[in-house]
Amino acid sequence: MGRYVVRRLLQMIPVFIGTTFLIYYMVYQLGGDPISAMFGDKGADPVFVRQMREEFHLNDPLIVQYWYYITDLLHGDFGTSFNGRPVADELKRAFPVSIRLAMIAFAIEVVVGVGLGLLSGLRRGKFVDTLVLAGTLVVISIPVFVLGTVAQFWLGSEWGIFEATATVGDATWSQLLLPGIVLGSLSLAFVARLTRTSVAENMRADYVRTATAKGLPRRRVVTRHLLRNSLIPVVTFLGADLGALMAGAIVTEGIFNVDGVGRLIYLAVTKHESSTVVGAVAALVMIYLVMNLIVDLLYAVLDPRIRYA
Amino acid sequence: MPDMNKQQREQLPTRSDEQPQSAIELPGMLLADEEGTTLEKRGAYSAPDARGPQDKPRGAWAEAWRELRNSPSFYVSGVLLLFLVFMAIFPGVFTNIDPRHCPILDTNQDPSGDHWFGTNVQGCDVYARTVYGARASIIVGVATTALIVVIGGLIGALSGYFGGWLDTILARITDIFFGIPLLLAALVFMSSVKDRTVWTVVAALGVFGWMQIARIMRGSVITVKKSDYVVAARALGAGTPRILGRHVLPNAIAPVIVVATISLGTFIATEATLSFLGIGLPPTEISWGADISSATTALRDSPYQLIFPSIFLSVTVFSFILLGDAVRDALDPKLR
Repeated sequence: MGRYVVRRLLQMIPVFIGTTFLIYYMVYQLGGDPISAMFGDKGADPVFVRQMREEFHLNDPLIVQYWYYITDLLHGDFGTSFNGRPVADELKRAFPVSIRLAMIAFAIEVVVGVGLGLLSGLRRGKFVDTLVLAGTLVVISIPVFVLGTVAQFWLGSEWGIFEATATVGDATWSQLLLPGIVLGSLSLAFVARLTRTSVAENMRADYVRTATAKGLPRRRVVTRHLLRNSLIPVVTFLGADLGALMAGAIVTEGIFNVDGVGRLIYLAVTKHESSTVVGAVAALVMIYLVMNLIVDLLYAVLDPRIRYA
Repeated sequence: MPDMNKQQREQLPTRSDEQPQSAIELPGMLLADEEGTTLEKRGAYSAPDARGPQDKPRGAWAEAWRELRNSPSFYVSGVLLLFLVFMAIFPGVFTNIDPRHCPILDTNQDPSGDHWFGTNVQGCDVYARTVYGARASIIVGVATTALIVVIGGLIGALSGYFGGWLDTILARITDIFFGIPLLLAALVFMSSVKDRTVWTVVAALGVFGWMQIARIMRGSVITVKKSDYVVAARALGAGTPRILGRHVLPNAIAPVIVVATISLGTFIATEATLSFLGIGLPPTEISWGADISSATTALRDSPYQLIFPSIFLSVTVFSFILLGDAVRDALDPKLR
């Protein structure tokens, strides 16, 4: 187990370097000159430009610039945004909000998703099953930005069931409820479908028949035997999804004015705040890679047939 | 069973690295990815015409086609898609109104005989814009899917067929691209390029959207290349290009078709999301995403300009996902 973790951690290094370089390349190479971007239409004093280029190593080849960047990053320095604030500070402010939002979305998708999936998997081919399948397909088909806009307008502003926007700075749990539901809805549909397939498949498994034949109550067969085994693929999806939820919040956070990482990235992208974009994406990639590792290890816990040497 | 352990150790990380973009395709993916050794209960994916030498080569495809013709979701999605594609090619058949003719005096009208879906903030006819908006969406969806099938198919086939160091390198490259969520990557790409066109959107989505196809293709090719008819072809002296082109690819392509169909819907949704964020299609292009975005400012006055393009967009995405579902059921009888 220990050796496996070490090997996986080592494998993460090239992936992390590659991914951050990809983002770095896109932002700094395709994006044009960052210094002239700071000045907009006015144009800048050439002396100042030369000074800035020197300070930010812009005269070096891209790979050297990237080297400076990644060594700083590993020392916890995410760079400085154009307004002079350290990117790390902005991330520290934005992440708790995004994590709170992701937790709400995650809780909803686990509870409702697994519940619906179990219900329809147990009654495969019945009315409930068809209803869940059709319902989830509809949810998958509606893009998040449509769902978010519609939910905000009707459920939030018009009927006042939920709070329609969040306060910038410190969003409360109740303000994050509706964005959380919107954010979690797509994954909820996937979780429900995945659980359904898995449950329906395992219903025919030998161990379920054995457990039933032993005379165990149905409740125990379902919860201890069927559900536990059926959740293995679901856990994989959920783990990877937790990382994706934080990145996928760009749209949701934008619509509901939630001051998290997604909105930070979006604003930075539109304003060409290169260092913020690269820093925030690098942080997300790190979370995502670690989540994947945790999922792989969880696999072994859930399914004792799997052993990592 | 030390041997078993070794195989699981090697394979499981690959499987759990999988990023199912959509859970509906997951069962097919698992089947295609495994080499049939670790998950006996799921069984190996049976290659379409690996059934026996007596069968005609197209037997399994014919069977899948027969299966499709019995599936209601195939008809529903097929009819919807034919309608949408027809609308994208000949928008003039559906409306005489110019979608770019916007008399500002007609701003934010409710639906009427003149304007079936009402008008938007600038006074443009929402019905005409919705009809004309289909073209950009469908072009982006189809072109991006073609691109990912080429890129992902090539990378997957090469790494599956040759294995070894090539496989290792390509797997790491795939991991790198998998590390950035599609929307995020496309957002950064689109904000970086100098001028935005339909084709830059296609490039953005294609360059960051091929990984799943590559992984599925790889798994599928690994399964197929061990089969008797490939060994036989090699024994008869067929060269690598011929084996790949005539034997491996036609038999490994089935799971790729399923995922590609479902992805088409995802790409249309992602393009609309980018346009909604104001960073997708250029403003000269009529796009559902951009129209929905501008409709949000006038929601209280006239919600119709939001609702109609949203319905068309959702129905388009829905049709492709439903079609993918139907195709998967037909190609993979195990799941029924």
